[in-house]
Amino acid sequence: MNSAFEAKEKEKTSRPTGTVARLVRKYALQIAIVFAAILLWVLFLIGSPRTFLSYPIYGSFMSTTPYFALMAIPLTLVIIAGEIDLSFGSIMAFGMTAFSVVFIRTNNLTLGFVACLLAGLFAGLLNGAIVVKVGIPSLVTTLGTQFFWRGVVLVVTAGNGVGLQVAQRTILAQALVGRLAGRIPAQMLWTIAVAVVVWFFLNRHKFGAHVYLVGDNVESARLMGVNVERTKMLTFALVGLAAAFAGFVMSLQLLYFWPTLGEGFLMNTLASVFLGGTSVFGGTGTIFGTFVASFIIGAINAGIVAAGLTGFWTQLIYGLIIIVSVSVQAVLRRKLA
Amino acid sequence: MDYVVRMVNVSKTFGEVEALRHVDFEVGTNEIVGLVGDNGAGKSTLVKIMTGYHQPDPGGEFYWKGKKVQHMSVAEARRLGIEVVYQERALADLQELWRNIFMGRELSNRLGVLDIKRMRRETGNLMTTVMGFTSAAVTPDTAVKTMSGGERQGVAITRALYFNAELIILDEPTMGLSISETRKCLAFVEGIKSAGKSCVFIDHNIFHIHPVADRIVVLDRGAVAGQFSKDQITLDGLLAKLSRVAQTGSLNNETSRNKL
Repeated sequence: MNSAFEAKEKEKTSRPTGTVARLVRKYALQIAIVFAAILLWVLFLIGSPRTFLSYPIYGSFMSTTPYFALMAIPLTLVIIAGEIDLSFGSIMAFGMTAFSVVFIRTNNLTLGFVACLLAGLFAGLLNGAIVVKVGIPSLVTTLGTQFFWRGVVLVVTAGNGVGLQVAQRTILAQALVGRLAGRIPAQMLWTIAVAVVVWFFLNRHKFGAHVYLVGDNVESARLMGVNVERTKMLTFALVGLAAAFAGFVMSLQLLYFWPTLGEGFLMNTLASVFLGGTSVFGGTGTIFGTFVASFIIGAINAGIVAAGLTGFWTQLIYGLIIIVSVSVQAVLRRKLA
Repeated sequence: MDYVVRMVNVSKTFGEVEALRHVDFEVGTNEIVGLVGDNGAGKSTLVKIMTGYHQPDPGGEFYWKGKKVQHMSVAEARRLGIEVVYQERALADLQELWRNIFMGRELSNRLGVLDIKRMRRETGNLMTTVMGFTSAAVTPDTAVKTMSGGERQGVAITRALYFNAELIILDEPTMGLSISETRKCLAFVEGIKSAGKSCVFIDHNIFHIHPVADRIVVLDRGAVAGQFSKDQITLDGLLAKLSRVAQTGSLNNETSRNKL
């Protein structure tokens, strides 16, 4: 039986053979994104050395970038699985609404935190269920739930915010948004932890293997017994959970919950994922890329201000980044095919 | 004769379309069954019922080694030992070779943590022993999309083989293959026979099926039009019958006696 498909395959010279060449090819996108980050940093250093040679700007990056990096990391999984989620910004606020309802009644911060996470998880699962069970394209589904959850937030809060000053000295606040050694924002450490955990599940666990397979060729995955429905549901659930967590972290940092929480996070979160090399067609993408790209996106915002441009430029530049990075991927994909 | 698979009165409708109508189909132990029929005859549907991908309409029965199977699913079919090499190969092009070999049943511990080292090692072994890849350019980490049609077929077949199948179903395995690759594929079917396993071999091309099959089943418009042991019929006779089916929907002239 082993005589079948015997050694007749010719050497194909088009394939790189050296180990180094193979590694470079395999990690080309990750190497590119790191170089892009370094290049940007050098540009900023030259542009305003005083700002970028002192700590505060980095402290600021580490404080604010996690708000969307925390969502971009699990969102990477949704996009690798060939889907999209536009609702996470509203889920941030929905989670905090659930928190407010519980917190105001019980005055228990931890209970409110749990309610917040459960609400996010629920909203994520609902996205997944609509996509998987009802069969609505995720673009439309999450566009709808984006408006729906924002509507729920506005109705429940009547548009009023909730002050969180009482939470300031609690252990939970210290653990989530405190400063390690007086300098490093705790949310930065949480973002690293989330990145490591999600990386592990994506690359070292069956779940992640199935995420790649589902996004690459959903029909093949189904034929080979992969539970496509469960895999997709889980990716949406993770984004919902992460969005609620990010909303909680941000509100705790600002010590105020605004019902508009999460508005304006759509673009930079998506830009982080696409700039990080995750394919809009599904099947490829890395957590490392998203993580580095999040900080590039965060830095660009600061850079725009430092460069003396108005904040009006940020939208334009994020939009451009999304279009350029998905176009580059599309061209690369055709070339490799 | 012992049967590995016996399907009784299996129908399958997709909305208005009757893909299969009251089909009885069986595969004997260590038998190579050739399944022929035109496009839309229901070959692929029959296969996908055998692999648990489609559920038959109520009333259809499925027996594995004489025991009735109540709920077929892809997982159940695999547990029983049914493996398929699909027409479309069922590969994930952007993924590495090892991920394709172990697609849907990755080696992992109880918590689902992948044993990547072992999967890559096993893939490497399979490449040299079964697939016959000698090129240093193809490694377990090579993405499948860079491979030729024959190599990809090799991956799909090797995958079926690795998991110790009792019944291997080949759905149009020669499609898109060069002549030498087709020859290898037919040799592989003979290999299944000599290994004591069973096989369902689906192909458009009678010239591929006739030499290797023990029995040939002709499907036409969702029903079994007839079946022949290879010793009952010559290649020419089969060809004549098939063209008659294509024109009239019946294997025989009204005057001739049914052979079965």
